[in-house]
Amino acid sequence: MPPIVVVGASLAGLSAVDAVRSGGHDGDVVVLEAAAALPSDRPPLSKQVLAGTMEPSAAHQPLAGRLDELAVDLRLGLRVDHVDVAGLRLDLSDGSSLSASGLVVATGASPRTLPGPPLAGVHVVRTLDDSLALRRDLDAGPDRVAVIGAGFIGAEVAATCRGLGLEVTLIEAAPAPMVRVLPEAVGAFVADLHRAHGVDVRLGVGVEGLVADGDRVRGVALADGTTVDASVVVVGIGVAPDVAWLEGSGVPVGNGVTCDETCLAAPGVVAAGDVAEWFNPHFGERMRVEQWEHAIEHGAAAGRRLLAGDGPGEPFGSVPWFWSDQYDRKLQLAGRPAATDEVHVLEGSLEEQRFVAAFRRGERCTGVLGVNRPRHVVQARMRLTESLDWAPIEELLS
Amino acid sequence: MKVVVNFDLCESNAVCMGIAPEVFEVRDDDFLYVLQEEPAEELRGKVEEAARRCPKQAITVED
Ligand SMILES: Cc1cc2nc3c(=O)[nH]c(=O)nc-3n(C[C@H](O)[C@H](O)[C@H](O)COP(=O)(O)OP(=O)(O)OC[C@H]3O[C@@H](n4cnc5c(N)ncnc54)[C@H](O)[C@@H]3O)c2cc1C
Ligand code: SF4
Repeated sequence: MPPIVVVGASLAGLSAVDAVRSGGHDGDVVVLEAAAALPSDRPPLSKQVLAGTMEPSAAHQPLAGRLDELAVDLRLGLRVDHVDVAGLRLDLSDGSSLSASGLVVATGASPRTLPGPPLAGVHVVRTLDDSLALRRDLDAGPDRVAVIGAGFIGAEVAATCRGLGLEVTLIEAAPAPMVRVLPEAVGAFVADLHRAHGVDVRLGVGVEGLVADGDRVRGVALADGTTVDASVVVVGIGVAPDVAWLEGSGVPVGNGVTCDETCLAAPGVVAAGDVAEWFNPHFGERMRVEQWEHAIEHGAAAGRRLLAGDGPGEPFGSVPWFWSDQYDRKLQLAGRPAATDEVHVLEGSLEEQRFVAAFRRGERCTGVLGVNRPRHVVQARMRLTESLDWAPIEELLS
Repeated sequence: MKVVVNFDLCESNAVCMGIAPEVFEVRDDDFLYVLQEEPAEELRGKVEEAARRCPKQAITVED
């Protein structure tokens, strides 16, 4: 029997392997990874590794030490160029091909970039090499670092750069930071936090383009006609799911790979993690979640789905959870609020920079954000896992 | 079974508490407390799950 083939050796992919092994599959499992080395754990790349407080070698994924035990045939430096869903045959970058009895799509996402030729001094942060390259440029002591995009990675990079004593301008086209994951009122809190730490925060202003001096970046031209002078620019404008290799494969692709509520994309094909959009039955919504713990849980669910074969499989319902460290504040979000949801601060206050905010849409609680309130968020998440009703959350947190 | 937390690694994000509240508790001072260092055998599944899910890999379970 051909092996189960997993594409992408990061959180979602390896977690799928863990699940097929604990589900009793003792056949071959091949993991294909385009990168030349096992991907590092990513959260420290914008935090401790960039700050220089964690050795790069310590930033390993949770399952990195168990690959032997999981009997993984890990093939690094091999990209899948194409797959045909009908015969589950994969074409690889070294010209060879491989048949699979089941396929796990776990190719994650890659940073969006700005148009224009590559310039020295311009960075994205996705891989360990990215983080180390940025760190080298920061060590050169730039007069100013411009961070384009105040999503959570941009916000973390800005905070880390301030921690290194550098001048920072944080540029965001939306009216508030982190608008993709947080309602505007709490986004405004994040903006204030950065201002209080001396960041020059520019909101609601788009980027015209980069200003170059030869092949090196010299600044960022903004839509309001001003220019931010900066010799290091970090682009954090979101990621795009890595699905190009699935073109013409028969695997449905929209906002990432389109899966049903059991993580199934096509017969014998499951997808998980940053690359996969699925119907989350707990919320009754389709979603694609770019978060660490989600990639692990989703990967495990996808692995189990593959083992269920032609059976119906189990729906994967979840309350996503993520954290972001900025300065000495730890933001944690459980759930999936929309920008337009009502914000209720139920504990603490924004002024204290220590609070719990719950998000409400009708009689439903769509999420809970804690700033330096880990216990509250975890307890709220347990409640939300039982039901998304507003009343029990209000009772728990008030 | 003995639960050991490496407090140099722990960042008090309370993931473990979400999985095994009988054993792990993050209190208002933002520190993690291990409520039972030698939990009963029936908690093994949960404790091992918490160890696996800890984003800092700060928990070890010794037999
Ligand atoms: C800097 C940074 C900080 C973060 N911080 C946090 C945080 O604080 N909290 C949080 O919850 N989340 C955080 N995240 C998000 C989290 O790390 C991701 O959600 C997670 O890595 C997603 O895992 P994944 O397995 O889906 O995909 P990825 O980690 O993207 O891995 C996909 C892998 O697939 C490989 N691949 C792609 N295409 C192919 C192909 N055709 N053939 C073979 N291999 C291929 C890639 O090389 C890659 O290694 C952070 C992410 C980054 C980048
Ligand atoms: S999950 Fe890990 S890091 Fe988080 S509180 Fe528990 S031991 Fe600490």
